[in-house]
Amino acid sequence: MSDLTTSVVAVDSSAGDWFALLKPRVLTLVVFTGAIGLAVAPGHIHPVIAFAAVLCIAAAAGAAGAINMWYDRDIDAIMRRTAKRPIPAGRIAPDEALTFGVVLAVASVLVMYLATNFAAAAILALSIAFYVFVYTMWLKRRTPQNIVIGGAAGAFPPVIGWAAVTGGVDIMPLLMFAIIFFWTPPHFWSLSLWASADYERAGVPMLPVVSGARETRRQVLIYTMLLVPISVLPWALHLAGPIYGIGAVVMGLIFLASAIGVVFDKQDASGVSLTNDKPARRAFKVSLYYLFVLFAALAVDRLAG
Amino acid sequence: MTGTEPALPPLSLAESAAIARRRRGRNIAMLVVLAGIAVLFYAIAMVKLAKPDLGAG
Repeated sequence: MSDLTTSVVAVDSSAGDWFALLKPRVLTLVVFTGAIGLAVAPGHIHPVIAFAAVLCIAAAAGAAGAINMWYDRDIDAIMRRTAKRPIPAGRIAPDEALTFGVVLAVASVLVMYLATNFAAAAILALSIAFYVFVYTMWLKRRTPQNIVIGGAAGAFPPVIGWAAVTGGVDIMPLLMFAIIFFWTPPHFWSLSLWASADYERAGVPMLPVVSGARETRRQVLIYTMLLVPISVLPWALHLAGPIYGIGAVVMGLIFLASAIGVVFDKQDASGVSLTNDKPARRAFKVSLYYLFVLFAALAVDRLAG
Repeated sequence: MTGTEPALPPLSLAESAAIARRRRGRNIAMLVVLAGIAVLFYAIAMVKLAKPDLGAG
C-alpha cells in the first residue's frame, strides 16, 4: 500500500501531461505540411487511408518529441521555458516517457506500413531516427549549426505524405523538403535572438550564445535569401501553378524585407538590440505566415488545377 | 521499500481527490485512444478489403 502511495505521489500525471510529451505545438506544423504533401501528390488516396497516414505522421513526430524530452530532461530542468514540462516537473517518470515514445514510434511506423506502403513507413522511420539520434543526441549540444541540420527532421512530413500516395519520392516533395529546411534557420534564429538566455543557462550552443546576436542576424538574412529563390522553384519548374507562384514571390519579398529589418535593427556595440528585438519578433511572426501561405497555396493550386 | 526509508505523510482528502481525478482522466483518455485505434484499424481493414491495390503495405 505504501509502495503504491509513493509511486502515485511521485509520479502523478494527468492525461494532459502525456499529451504535452508529444509537443503539440510542433505537431500543428507537422500535420499541416504532411497533409499538404499528401494533398498535392498525384494520384488518389482513400480518405480513411489519408487520415491514417496523417495520424501516423503526427504520432511519429509526437513520439520523437517524447524521446527528445526524455533525453533533454537535464537541460529542460534548467531552462525556464521547459522546467514545467512533465518530466523535469516530476509528473512523469523518465523511463515511462521513453517507453511511451518508443512504443508510439514503432506503432506509427508499423501502422503507416500497413495503411499505405513501405516507402512512406521507411521515410517516417528515418525522420524519427534523424530527430532523435542526429538532432537530439548528436548535434543539439555540440554545434551552433544544430538548427540547420536538425531542421531536416521537421522537413520530412510533406515527403512522407507524398510517399503515402505515390509510393515514392519525386522532385516536388524534395522541393517542399528544401523549403522547410531553409525556412527553419531564419524562423528559429529570429526566435532565439530574444529567447537565448535559457539556452545559455543550459549550455546549449545556440547561434546567439556562441556567435553573438549580430552574426545571428546576418545568418537570418543569408538563409532567407537562400530560401526565397528555392521557394519559387516549384512554380518555375511548372510543378505548381500561378497561385503558388504569386504567393511565393509576394511572401518571399515580405519575409526578405523582415529579415533585412532584423539585420538593420538598432543595436549597441556588442550587438544587443536597442528595440527589444522588435524586428526579430516581427520576422518570427512573418516566417509562420510565410510557411502557412506557401503550403496552403500549393494545395489551392492543386485543387484549382 | 526497504523499511529504512522515511514514511510519507498521509494524503489529505483534497490530495486524494485530486489524484483520483487525474487517474480517472487518464483512464478516460486511454479508453478514447484505444477505441479510436480499434475504429481506425477496422476502417483501414474495410478499405483494404474493398480495394486491396491501395498501397503496398
